[in-house]
Amino acid sequence: MIRPDAPLLLEIRDLHARVEDQPILKGVNLTLRAGEIHAVMGRNGSGKSTLSKVLAGHPAYTVTAGSVTYRGADLLELDPEQRARIGLFLGFQYPVEIPGVSNLEFLRVATNARRAERGEDELDTFAFEDLVRERLKVVQMDPAFLERSVNEGFSGGEKKRNEILQMALLEPLVAILDETDSGLDIDALRIVADGVSQLAGPDNATLLITHYQRLLDLITPDYVHVMAAGRILRTGGKELALELERTGYDWVDQELANLEATGEREPVEVA
Amino acid sequence: MSTATVGDLVSQPYKHGFVTDIETEKIAKGLSEDVVRLISSKKDEPDFLLAFRLRAYRQWLQMDEPNWAALGYPGIDYQNIIYYAAPKQQEKKASLDEVDPKLLETFEKLGIPLSEQKRLSNVAVDAVFDSVSIATTYREKLAEHGVIFCSISEAVKEHPDLIEQYLGTVVPSNDNYFAALNSAVFSDGSFVFIPKGVECPMELSTYFRINSADTGQFERTLIVAEEGASVSYLEGCTAPMFDTNQLHAAVVELVVLDDASIKYSTVQNWYAGDENGVGGIYNFVTKRGQCRGDRSRISWTQVETGSAITWKYPSCVLQGADSVGEFYSVALTNNRQQADTGTKMIHVGPRTRSTIVSKGISAGHSSNSYRGLVQIGPKAVGAKNYSQCDSMLIGDQAAANTYPYIRSQQPDAAVEHEASTCRISADQLFYLQTRGIGFEEAVSMMVSGFCRDVFNQLPMEFAAEADKLLALKLEGSVG
Repeated sequence: MIRPDAPLLLEIRDLHARVEDQPILKGVNLTLRAGEIHAVMGRNGSGKSTLSKVLAGHPAYTVTAGSVTYRGADLLELDPEQRARIGLFLGFQYPVEIPGVSNLEFLRVATNARRAERGEDELDTFAFEDLVRERLKVVQMDPAFLERSVNEGFSGGEKKRNEILQMALLEPLVAILDETDSGLDIDALRIVADGVSQLAGPDNATLLITHYQRLLDLITPDYVHVMAAGRILRTGGKELALELERTGYDWVDQELANLEATGEREPVEVA
Repeated sequence: MSTATVGDLVSQPYKHGFVTDIETEKIAKGLSEDVVRLISSKKDEPDFLLAFRLRAYRQWLQMDEPNWAALGYPGIDYQNIIYYAAPKQQEKKASLDEVDPKLLETFEKLGIPLSEQKRLSNVAVDAVFDSVSIATTYREKLAEHGVIFCSISEAVKEHPDLIEQYLGTVVPSNDNYFAALNSAVFSDGSFVFIPKGVECPMELSTYFRINSADTGQFERTLIVAEEGASVSYLEGCTAPMFDTNQLHAAVVELVVLDDASIKYSTVQNWYAGDENGVGGIYNFVTKRGQCRGDRSRISWTQVETGSAITWKYPSCVLQGADSVGEFYSVALTNNRQQADTGTKMIHVGPRTRSTIVSKGISAGHSSNSYRGLVQIGPKAVGAKNYSQCDSMLIGDQAAANTYPYIRSQQPDAAVEHEASTCRISADQLFYLQTRGIGFEEAVSMMVSGFCRDVFNQLPMEFAAEADKLLALKLEGSVG
């Protein structure tokens, strides 16, 4: 839902980032207001996943220029855990398995870290069980998954549902979902998309990173951004995604070549 | 952004490294037959014990230090060690009021309050300072149940028949180099006797503190559970930080008769040396239990976090039919620490069963080896063993090894062995962080999850302690 007067949640300005010596993001601009759903599309290697990791604070990526403002504060100053506590959420494309750590206990510690930041009381194990059982419904997940180790032995679909369950518990203001649709069969995709739709509301914003239209058939985006070579090349409404579906990404190559020709090269990085 | 690494987290300063300033009676450095006689006479021992010591000393002289473990250290100069050191106070005091307050204060600082008002409500404690036991709490209450819990020196005086009957019967004096040395010079330790049919009404615990520099600690523990008796016993250990290495060579013997059980837990936190491997305790320990009776049971649980060198294989000899041996171990090494630890399960009787669960965590430049033997004798019809050895690596400079030995002379036996190695990965840490869980807590969650099977075996009062101890070792400054 687009409301021009809705509060600004996330403002990305001319963001540059590299991993080791390899520049990946080369000037990303993006603004998320409350109530909006954005989709970022693009080919493999266009920088989509890097953008999500940089926003979450992955230590392997170094920001070399630009700024990210989260509700008026400098996001890049914060540790990943602090970003999470103030309401930024990253749903992983490949959630890792953490053997030995109980899923229930992990969810409880994470939820309490977010609650503490919001000035809410810590939930004990009993109160938390009540909450988690209610939120399980969002993703139609079997409570048996709570008793297992975090993601250990979960199928691809179960892992993604566990991600959305975490989102339901942490109630983020900005949720970035990195290829949440990848590796899901049609039923799992529907459940996950349904969960995300339930959680999207007037006070939060969602950034969907995806290759495919099929997720956007289930969750209608307000904006679609096409990423290539580390920046956003074009922004449009939901029809842009349909156009991509129809025409593919060949025009992107053409557009990039035109940019090169007109001399708009990547800014030179100053060491 | 966080610049801390997991390595920073595991290099937490040692918190028990202080020295108590107390007048100590020490004998001159070095070992000879005269020194053995001197120790025995200081303790006013009966002849049988002096004979036991002298025989052990002569055996030791004929033996060579073992070199088969995956450990590297400069040779130990046995003539440069003090074999007896005791805080100066005359007799063991009848009441705690008469114990030097400095000693009480030391134990209080270590979290082991001994005084009547503060002591742990359900745990009887024997506190050993350097070579002597300074206090044992709740003795009268235990005596009402017929349970004997005292220092081994006192037991020698008050129950010489029991000592003569059992001492050296599980670990003979010539068992190995360090056991022989201990048998010759052991100073103090604990003695526990649970009579027939008695379930010990409280946890028993011995706390070992090395205080003097250049002193070896050679304690000796003997626990006997008669028919149908049971006891849970815990030992804890700390030492000050010295830049020289100190030798700790203990012997622990357990004897279990028909239907009896002993649960023996250790939380070992000797000084481990600094990050360059200077100083620290050399821990060469022989621990063995004998399930002599049918349906008897011995369970070893150890949490090993300290020592520069750990050489330790708590073992079970399963003689009685249907007897059970268990070994649950967590060994954490960091910096230049080296651990070669595991167990031996010797199945002698029919239908004997054993379980081994070993969790090794190696960080820094440390080396952590599991070494275990499962031996099934010809009469052990229907014997069963299950072993699980898991290693966790933190950083990329640490080493983990597993050396399982299986010898079976019984075709009917079932022996299972599982092993795994894992690493705390940057991706796992990042994942937990993106859920609002701080870096330190994330590491600690993963380590404690890895160790859970073992912590579940600790007596309740100490399970939380062990978790805290590991967290302490893993805690550090992030930023």
